[in-house]
Amino acid sequence: MGVISNGTTLLDAGALDAGIATGEMTLITSTTLSSAAANITFNSGISSTYNTYVFKFMDIHPATDDSKLLVNFRDGSTAYDATKTTNFFRAQHRENGTNGNIAYRTDDDLAQSTGAQPLTMDIGNANDESANGSLILYNPSNTTFVKHFAAESNCVYSGDYSMNAYIGGYINVTAAIDGVQFTMEGGTNIDAGTIKMYGIK
Amino acid sequence: MGLISNGTTIFDAGAMSVGGSMVFIKKLTASGSGTLTFVDGASSVVLDDTYKEYLFTFNNIHTSATANFSFNGSDDDSSHSYDVVKTTTVFTAGHKEDGSASYLDYDTGQDEAQATDFQNLSYGIKTGNDESLSGYMHLFNPSSTVFVKHFIARTQYTDGDYSQNGHIAGYFNTTADITAIQFKMSSGNIDAGDICLYGIA
Repeated sequence: MGVISNGTTLLDAGALDAGIATGEMTLITSTTLSSAAANITFNSGISSTYNTYVFKFMDIHPATDDSKLLVNFRDGSTAYDATKTTNFFRAQHRENGTNGNIAYRTDDDLAQSTGAQPLTMDIGNANDESANGSLILYNPSNTTFVKHFAAESNCVYSGDYSMNAYIGGYINVTAAIDGVQFTMEGGTNIDAGTIKMYGIK
Repeated sequence: MGLISNGTTIFDAGAMSVGGSMVFIKKLTASGSGTLTFVDGASSVVLDDTYKEYLFTFNNIHTSATANFSFNGSDDDSSHSYDVVKTTTVFTAGHKEDGSASYLDYDTGQDEAQATDFQNLSYGIKTGNDESLSGYMHLFNPSSTVFVKHFIARTQYTDGDYSQNGHIAGYFNTTADITAIQFKMSSGNIDAGDICLYGIA
């Protein structure tokens, strides 16, 4: 059934007419863990439908203290091991007022590596500790250019620090990226959390 | 009554199920305002578990006196005192119009360590007619009663002849839900500008 008002089709065939403003950031899928898991993986829904994809990670709580949230990308095979070159810097401040500074982190960047990229500093696993942030992946279906991404996060570091991390880089392949996987450092579990994937036209 | 088109529910129970995921909630426009405050349940403001992420946008915030633009939260549903304990980080990139100075500095004078003070989102905005601040702030899962509440903000503002780009992040160190957010200048009023609140579905 469609709806036509004053000669204008408002909706038909299960969708609003393209001429109706709805906002251009669309939730594609959301995963909230009901129990600890080794990963949260998005292996469908990433295509040329959207130029930009945004992943929001909320209240990521690690099973193991001092664990970073990581991301990796799939470029046509079944493995999440696309080659990347990245940068990583962070600001930190401890709850006791010490150690306020900003620094580039050579331990957390990658140079033509297939390993997973940290998106946070070490997250504590006390009951109220977690990490939040977002990852933007640009034009993953393009087969001409490398694929850029940028992320920012804030977490409670295990030593009672506020840690604000900024990550940028590119997946150095011209193959399309068709999957994104989030894991914890050292292969430990994500104890709890939500990750949502949005498309932006 | 709901409406189903071609098997897809378009709207039901008072809500649309198609369209964008960034939902406009409230716009507050300053006019010599001492504070601009978003209180859940008041004046059509939603700041509860309806959304896991909220976005505030700052548009041309103009001050009546040279001052810092700042914010705080309230976890007190009855009196709405704005004094939540927080630990934060602040760093700023700056560049002078004549090209004579540029920097990227961590701001030890602007961060907070378990303090109830308002958190600065700028370090000085001048009162020149064409000077202002714009930017945004993400607030994650303010209604959680398990985790601390993270926020990440970025501001761009004029400070005399400097272009200043501020990065502010941290957490309200409480497991009580945050039900209100207040913005103000460190002295004087918010002379003009607006702040919009969005929910990210």
